[in-house]
Amino acid sequence: MRGDEGMTTVALRINGVEHSVAADGRRTLLEVLRDELGLTGAKRGCNQGVCGACTVLLDGRPVRACLSLAAACAGHEITTVEGLTEGNELTPVQQAFVEHGAVQCGFCTPGMVLTATALLKENPKPNVAEVRTALSGNLCRCSGYRKIVDAVVAAGGAR
Amino acid sequence: MGRFGAGQPMRRVEDQRFLTGTGRYTSDIDLPDQAAATVVRSPFGNARILGIDTEAARLAPGVLGVFTAADLDADGVGDIPVAARLTSRDGSPMRTPRRPVLADGRVAHVGEAVAFVVAETIAAARDAADLVMVDYDPLPAVTDGTAALEPGAPPIWDEVPGNQAFDWETGDAGAVAAAFATAARTVAVDLVNNRVIPTAMEPRSALADYDDKADRLTLYTGTQNAHSLRDWLCDLLPLPPERLRVVAPDVGGGFGMRIFLYPEHVLVLWAARRLRRPVKWVGDRSEAFLADTHGRDHRTHAEMAVDAEGRFLALRVATVANLGAYVSQMGAFIPTLAGSGMLTGVYRIPALSVRVRGAITNTAPVDAYRGAGRPEAAYAIERLADVAARELGLAPDELRRRNFIPPEAMPYRTAGGKTYDSGEFERNMRDAMARADWAGFPARRAEAAARGRWRGIGMSTYIEACGGGPDEGATIRLEADGTAVVLIGTQSTGQGHETAYAQMAADALGLPIDRVRVVQGDTDRVSDGHGTGGSRSLPVGGAATAAAADALIASARPHAARALGVPEAALDFAAGAFRVRDSNRFVALEELARQAGGLSAAARFRPPAATYPNGCHVCEVEIDPETGAVSVVRYTVVDDVGVVLNPLLLAGQVHGGTAQGIGQALLEGAVYDETGQLLTGSLIDYALPRADDLPSFDFATNEVPCRTNPLGVKGAGEAGSIGAPPAVINAVVDALAHLGIRHVDMPATPQRVWHIIRSAQDKAAA
Repeated sequence: MRGDEGMTTVALRINGVEHSVAADGRRTLLEVLRDELGLTGAKRGCNQGVCGACTVLLDGRPVRACLSLAAACAGHEITTVEGLTEGNELTPVQQAFVEHGAVQCGFCTPGMVLTATALLKENPKPNVAEVRTALSGNLCRCSGYRKIVDAVVAAGGAR
Repeated sequence: MGRFGAGQPMRRVEDQRFLTGTGRYTSDIDLPDQAAATVVRSPFGNARILGIDTEAARLAPGVLGVFTAADLDADGVGDIPVAARLTSRDGSPMRTPRRPVLADGRVAHVGEAVAFVVAETIAAARDAADLVMVDYDPLPAVTDGTAALEPGAPPIWDEVPGNQAFDWETGDAGAVAAAFATAARTVAVDLVNNRVIPTAMEPRSALADYDDKADRLTLYTGTQNAHSLRDWLCDLLPLPPERLRVVAPDVGGGFGMRIFLYPEHVLVLWAARRLRRPVKWVGDRSEAFLADTHGRDHRTHAEMAVDAEGRFLALRVATVANLGAYVSQMGAFIPTLAGSGMLTGVYRIPALSVRVRGAITNTAPVDAYRGAGRPEAAYAIERLADVAARELGLAPDELRRRNFIPPEAMPYRTAGGKTYDSGEFERNMRDAMARADWAGFPARRAEAAARGRWRGIGMSTYIEACGGGPDEGATIRLEADGTAVVLIGTQSTGQGHETAYAQMAADALGLPIDRVRVVQGDTDRVSDGHGTGGSRSLPVGGAATAAAADALIASARPHAARALGVPEAALDFAAGAFRVRDSNRFVALEELARQAGGLSAAARFRPPAATYPNGCHVCEVEIDPETGAVSVVRYTVVDDVGVVLNPLLLAGQVHGGTAQGIGQALLEGAVYDETGQLLTGSLIDYALPRADDLPSFDFATNEVPCRTNPLGVKGAGEAGSIGAPPAVINAVVDALAHLGIRHVDMPATPQRVWHIIRSAQDKAAA
């Protein structure tokens, strides 16, 4: 049964704004973000929790939106890539991605940026190995990761 | 700074939207009143379809239509075309099965499209798809190319006797046989070029919109070539070209896989017209694994005749190419014409003979994947070079040095019929060895051994051919408001074309780059194009853009002469303005555009030849003897891709290609079981390189300008995936050579390496 029966309403706080969304027990956060709220920055790359393209922050920590049930996210602060910036001002992580040419096709980019943002909050000056480990749950097929790693290391200011 | 802004690491104009989540890929687009579609796919590798019962599905809630081959047939929809055809060595034409859009009485691979379900919501479509009853009569399957060609193999198609689509040859078999008969020695290798699955991060998707009043369809889809796709679709639907618009929005990676026409393109268009409302299909990751084109899958026996000093005399290569269940659009071209001419690599090899047999199997169709034929060629010759060096007791660089085509021999015509215009192969190798500290390797090996790790070093000195083929046109419009638009028929799938062409046009016209916009991927806005593939965008599209900029300046010259009251010959153009020679009087180009209400110019470039990017990769690995795990610990690339336009964009191409090549060598491999089930059908089972699998590549260029295009550029998109596999495997074999191991097949997974180590140790103990 994949129909719409049994829908309940869930209050989600996304990018600082309260949203009341319809969500039965099986509805994922990714479905709510993309299909209901039009927040398409989170990408559906595998819907299986492997590629990391749907990464969002839950109370500042990266989670897979495709594996997170929307109803379970109530009461938590959800941040998507759309909520990182105010106006056209890029965050230091985003700016470092530009400077280092760390964006290619862009599909993995929102997940990478959010994972990197969470890493730098926890570990403000990660070294190359720490960045590679932190990003290892986000697949990129274009870049070979070199420039993404360089960007995150530079955003942290470590050498 | 070079002409057209060459050499500048301009930051990308695309990044803002991708970094803020406002990129628009096909699946991000929704249209009012849109219906959702899903595809019913074959669960069998080989089966007859005895019947399809769609009644229960049709009656399910929210269902708008359930379609099968019979519906398409009744409407005159054609089959998926074969674009490249060959003649076999006996003069017979290539044998190809019919490839209908939806299976018609037969399926020949798991994941083949059988029925198409359209409903109000995707949930309703999926529920209804479960109700489509297909009566299959399973047949024995064969998934291995060599096995498919053996007598007694399960026959797949009546039209393809012995499962052999073609048996093709090229070169001079007589000259090769003569060289082998008298050579001081010969060396041989048997190689598997493993089947890989492209796995662009954005799954394929398609959205069709039907305009009732105009009787016109629009297809939004991530393609590498909107115009070619439109033309193929119009042939097939059938439809006059003016009735179909194809739009490529942001495209999340291509790697060759998105060149082709897929059944879902046809299905959404046909259903949208029939239902008179937009129809959207979004592929999931499983569908990508099952039904995207795959790459490589060659079995090759390669042998070389060598003289007493280690000079190469002749090369003989026999390959079985697994084509999959159908001959894909370029599927016959890739293992034959695309790759065979590059088998002699960067070496003087007087004689070449190649035979390729194309096998039909119960697997997904194989077609162009990053490099498309040239990685297979480079792998064969660069493995053979290393094996020859080992057998002759020469260092790998020394053997290569004895055989390089020297710069002074350029232009050089190879035994494969290619004319290399430029290249300094020994210098690439020397530079790469220096950057990789090749001389310091013995100390690193000893240090690793003390830690219980076996360290190996390997190289490849590769060359490839790209950027030949059809022409490309570019139009530049300088609007009255001083902004410029470049319209071009190539397609970025992540390379950064919006930046590359804007950089060129901005420099030529003397405009800031943020005043130049690039329009691509829309058959209504761009008049024609051949898309992106074979690393052609900069060598061909770039040359056309440069010519269009020159033409625009030339068209403005008479206006400038009138405005300044001087003869045209008294004017020089520089930095965005015409200046009267020996005077301080000038008029800006944008002022002329304002006065003229805009200026526009178009130009075309037809490449007279392919370009030949080349370079040297040096890979260092460490192997854990206990687990067989291989770590790439150091990686160096020195590439000659001719003149470099934007080093930042170039590095992205080279790093990414190299990562894919390392992936093929160590991690990636499509595995089918004997019934045709794909065992590597998810990202859990199919290993893509992750950030912690790769080292930070060291990359440098050796700019030897290409002599066959005006910019001096050579294609760069595929080079990394061509140079990497042999360099990695040469390094792995070097690490294991002390055990008497002379070859390890790709992918060199821990399991495979562990087994090879164990059997070598058992043999030594016996």
